[in-house]
Amino acid sequence: MNNYKTLDAHDREFLVSLLGEERVFTGEAISDDFSHDELGGISKLPEALVNVLTTDEVSKIMRYAYDNNIPVVARGSGTGLVGASVPIFGGIMLNMSGMNKILELDEENLTLTLEPGVLLMEISKYVEDHDLFYPPDPGEKSATIGGNINTNAGGMRAVKYGVTRDYIRGLEIVLPNGSVINVGGKVVKNSSGYSIKDLICGSEGTLGIVTKATLKLIPLPKKAISLLIPFPDLDKAISTVPKIIKSKSVPTAIEFMQREVILAAEEFLGKKFPDNSSDAYLLLTFDGNSIEELEKDYEKVANICLEEGALDAFIIDTDERKEAVWSARGAFLEAVKASTTDMDECDVVVPRNKVAEFIKYTHLLQEEFEVRIRSFGHAGDGNLHVYVLKDNLSDEAWPKKLAEVFDAMYRKSQELHGLVSGEHGIGYAKKQYMFDQYEPEFVELMKNIKLAFDPKNILNPGKVCE
Amino acid sequence: MEILVCIKQVPGTSKIDVDPITGVLKRDGVDSKMNPYDLFALETALRLKEQHGGTIKVISMGPPQAKDVIREAYMMGVDEGALVSDRKFAGADVLATSYTISQGVRQLGSFDLILCGKQTTDGDTAQVGPEMAEYLGIPHIANVLNIIEVNDTSILVEMDMANTIEVAEINFPCLLTVEKDIFQPRLPSYKRKLSTKDREIKIISFKDFEDQNEHRYGLAGSPTQVERIFPPSANTDRETWTGTPEELSSQIVNKLRQFKFV
Repeated sequence: MNNYKTLDAHDREFLVSLLGEERVFTGEAISDDFSHDELGGISKLPEALVNVLTTDEVSKIMRYAYDNNIPVVARGSGTGLVGASVPIFGGIMLNMSGMNKILELDEENLTLTLEPGVLLMEISKYVEDHDLFYPPDPGEKSATIGGNINTNAGGMRAVKYGVTRDYIRGLEIVLPNGSVINVGGKVVKNSSGYSIKDLICGSEGTLGIVTKATLKLIPLPKKAISLLIPFPDLDKAISTVPKIIKSKSVPTAIEFMQREVILAAEEFLGKKFPDNSSDAYLLLTFDGNSIEELEKDYEKVANICLEEGALDAFIIDTDERKEAVWSARGAFLEAVKASTTDMDECDVVVPRNKVAEFIKYTHLLQEEFEVRIRSFGHAGDGNLHVYVLKDNLSDEAWPKKLAEVFDAMYRKSQELHGLVSGEHGIGYAKKQYMFDQYEPEFVELMKNIKLAFDPKNILNPGKVCE
Repeated sequence: MEILVCIKQVPGTSKIDVDPITGVLKRDGVDSKMNPYDLFALETALRLKEQHGGTIKVISMGPPQAKDVIREAYMMGVDEGALVSDRKFAGADVLATSYTISQGVRQLGSFDLILCGKQTTDGDTAQVGPEMAEYLGIPHIANVLNIIEVNDTSILVEMDMANTIEVAEINFPCLLTVEKDIFQPRLPSYKRKLSTKDREIKIISFKDFEDQNEHRYGLAGSPTQVERIFPPSANTDRETWTGTPEELSSQIVNKLRQFKFV
């Protein structure tokens, strides 16, 4: 099955004839950056790295790779966290980041058509200048939209607005044999056969290569207010979240954070957070079109929180206040990273009313395994980011300890009817945890889908269900 | 310690269009907020009260809707507030504004310490604080970076003199304008919003003033003539460099040296 062809001079010649010398890199000319993503522990350089600029180029390379049995991996910004874009079988890597043009803003259909290499931060700026809004809001703003589509990236606003998949109207896809298909379109409704676009979304580059995407936009909400709600302890904070959700007021984001992470961020940024006197906080954001509407929403939620034992509810209503709070929130991950020698992240998603139970469980694990575990982030959508920190553990002890803690966490998630990944994907690193959870029939079905798209298994082999 | 903090309502965003013909700010539909620099003065006052006791009052000048910033000050922990408001005060420049507020201050009682933000985000003159102090006949220090010590009769502070930091002791009563980031301002509290929603806001108008000379207020009391208001030109210069990491890093260092950042 894995009898792939090793690239030779002839293959290089083909790539150069198609793209020119300046866009084809082999051997030592390939930067080490392309051997890994942001996950430590797995790296491999491709045999050839090519900068593609058009669908036609992608199609011709795929056709060639198909005919010659060469593995191909498409890569965006390389900001993935599960090794999905690491070319573990070598072969050709398509660097999609040069396909970065915004092609059309259709204000009559509220869609944005663009190439896969456009960065998330460019999308939000572009559409917001037109009073429009692309709601998915993953933390990594330098990720490409192609990468976001391929992981079905989520982000903080998922509570109210959903995830990337909810905002894909249509895709142009190059299939592993080089043929180009269009799925979906600018249409709002679509009951026309299997929804291939929804299958491609979240497929982590294993089924086809997205070369163009049409995204759904909505009108930009004009106002936003956040509340920072201090609680005496994390348990009280997180236990309040299901009550907020039950109240039917819909914050765009519900985040939780603990004092120790806030202090780490203060030290990391060298500036003070507006409040660090409490053990635990919820950070909620509301958006809408008038201050009156927002006040009604946030007062209802603030009252619920006070009834549930919150110490107060601080109002974040101006640019300066938002900056003071969100700059710290944005630095949490880096601050935690800076506090230790190495770390790994578990991205499980559990039903929203089980978040408190899961977090409490990680506290138990901390004691049981004598390892530092930190978590913060989404409380409103059940997607947790739990960081296990290496600290003083030796390089030999670390992987063993990590595996034990991760096993325990994924078992707990399964027990709570959660799933392995909320938004980072399965890629290479989380495959075994997914296999452990799904029935063999489910995995078999995924393998057959992969086979239908990619009979020679040349597109990003060894990932997700393999 | 009796502390008074001067606060102002300003447009909620810096992205305000200026009518190119009339030079008037297009304020319609633009939210207002408390001048961000005043939050540092408020926070300074709240911390002094926490350590030394006393009361904090705020004073603002503006149209009736400027009551909102006084409510906000209540939500941060301020005890009392007054708004100096009268049609006769409209069109005031920095001189007339300083005089008007100083008249208002006299109606609120006596204070050990008056605190102001170093400037506002809409006027940017940084003059109203010191001018008020002159009208009130009290000493003042601008651009205070840090409070070192508070004594019974004086306060020891660090002031920013652009190229140097000077330490000065100043006797009460006095006025200080404080720098951005002297303390991280606290956030308004929803609990305080509920508990202060009926708290009175005193309105002080022309008829309450000691000085009844109308020529000292509003447009009539303003020697400044505004010739033109225009938005500052935005600098969108950008350079893109390509090269090896070594080339690019030395290029960045050279650029930073050129700008004297390093």
